[in-house]
Amino acid sequence: MSSASGDTLSLRRQLILYAALSFLAFWFLVPFAWMLITSVKTPDEVFSRLLPSVLRLANFVEIFNQPTLPFGRYFLNSTIITVFGTGASLFTSAVVAYAFARLNFFGRDVLFVAVLSTMMLPAAVTMIPTFVLFQKLGWVDTFLPFLVPACTGNAFQIFFLRQFFKTLPIDLIDAARIDGCSNLRICLSIAMPLAKPTLATLAILSFLSLWNDFMGPLIYLHSNEKRTLALGLNAFAGMYGTQWHLLMAASVVATVPILVVFFMGQRYFERGLVMTGMKG
Amino acid sequence: MKLNLREHLEGYLFISPWILGMVLFALGPILASFGLAFTRWNLFTEPEYVGWANFQKLAHDPLFYKSVFNTIYYTVFAVPLGLVLALGLAMLVNHRLRGVNFFRTAFFLPNVVAGIAMLLLWKWLFDPNFGLINLFLDWTGLMAVFEWIGIGRPQWISSRAGAMPGMIFMSIWGLGGSMMIFLAGLQNIPRELIEAAELDGAGPWKRFRYVTLPLLTPTIFFLTMVGVIGSLQVFNQAYVMTQGGPAHATLFYVLYLFQTAFERFQMGYACAMALVLFIITLIVSLIQLAMGKKWVHYQ
Repeated sequence: MSSASGDTLSLRRQLILYAALSFLAFWFLVPFAWMLITSVKTPDEVFSRLLPSVLRLANFVEIFNQPTLPFGRYFLNSTIITVFGTGASLFTSAVVAYAFARLNFFGRDVLFVAVLSTMMLPAAVTMIPTFVLFQKLGWVDTFLPFLVPACTGNAFQIFFLRQFFKTLPIDLIDAARIDGCSNLRICLSIAMPLAKPTLATLAILSFLSLWNDFMGPLIYLHSNEKRTLALGLNAFAGMYGTQWHLLMAASVVATVPILVVFFMGQRYFERGLVMTGMKG
Repeated sequence: MKLNLREHLEGYLFISPWILGMVLFALGPILASFGLAFTRWNLFTEPEYVGWANFQKLAHDPLFYKSVFNTIYYTVFAVPLGLVLALGLAMLVNHRLRGVNFFRTAFFLPNVVAGIAMLLLWKWLFDPNFGLINLFLDWTGLMAVFEWIGIGRPQWISSRAGAMPGMIFMSIWGLGGSMMIFLAGLQNIPRELIEAAELDGAGPWKRFRYVTLPLLTPTIFFLTMVGVIGSLQVFNQAYVMTQGGPAHATLFYVLYLFQTAFERFQMGYACAMALVLFIITLIVSLIQLAMGKKWVHYQ
């Protein structure tokens, strides 16, 4: 099969391709479909029927109303960590990246190599001492272990924003400087607005990784009302493990925000993925 | 260019949050790991210096070897399998077809929605009696194939033999990310090169083997690096779906490290394990970099 994308294909080859793609897509999507279908089934019909005879939306009400696991609270916690974490780390990363791209200071290039090397560092290596540090500070069972490191930026984000800031025309920055703008002002009101597509891409990647984060909350968040959705869902599975209709309804609730963000920013997301692959 | 002190200071002021973060959350913890790896410490008492005892214990710990074996087992199968299938899918969706974007999204979606919800769903899909996979095999009669080759009814992650193949099978579902990166690589290949090969009489296989594949080697190299480093750190699926079982069949390295630290509170021992992981990651990356020089063609 030719890899050239511009070929005009014969009708026969087109049909074969559609058949193959549809067959494969079915297998990639069927677990989602199964989750969605089960989430609106009555308990009796989970196994007895392929498709539900009635849509039981009460499953969704029930998971929010059961007393032991406050899903609304979990949802809020995940939102706080994800939104604040993404915002704080992107802002700091942009300022840091601007300095690496546009300011001259002693040791800049050596320090940038240090940024790159922290990108490669496995999280498991720093996990234990970091936990000890936060424990000594009394931050265990608070959101601070997520929010404070976010304020110091993120190596991955710094790397990509620096790449972008390096492409800005020098004239633009010189003109602003002649007008009397400080470097910080140039960074915040000229460079950052121009970086919107890159920022959007990084924001989506960050949103997904924070929303899906499991190990971090598992280590730091212990009390029930501090749990994130990922932790809550796992606890729910332990408690209602065989009540598939409820478990799947809870899974749908945890998944919908990801899908919304993904489809809203699909263009940026795919761009981000490609950028990761090309330049990493 | 002449710089004055003020400009240097301003640069450092800009990057100061990152410096603080690097010292507190990367450099500091690595150094602390080196120190703690030589202690016995349960978090509640004072750390006690024990010399190389943790490393000696590690050398005789059957679970350590088991977790290393499992992690390598998974890596050796999941990474190449994922790469080959991702390249195949990328070539399929690289055709100019109406609606091809729908298929790209469909293949990519599982990669996005990779949360705990999906792992719980897979745990159910793998259930020997109530899971969709075995129900499907029953409905279609394909179960007979398993009986015939002597496996019997697959128990997937509930059995020692089936657990790791199940995990590897599940990883296929998440290859959409690699597919998208391959797709970008394919689209970067200049059309003239493929057309030139075609004019020289190269058939589809030869064009793939001698034009497309060599030009994709940087992409393959990148995805192998990322894939191997990622699979050395597998944790979520093992924790959520099997807790490392049955009989340690899915005890991945990082899961064992986590259990040692946060369930058995052997912090010193866990730090020794973390250092070993650090060194393994470094060695594997260096080997790949060295080997990469031999087979990666940069344009």
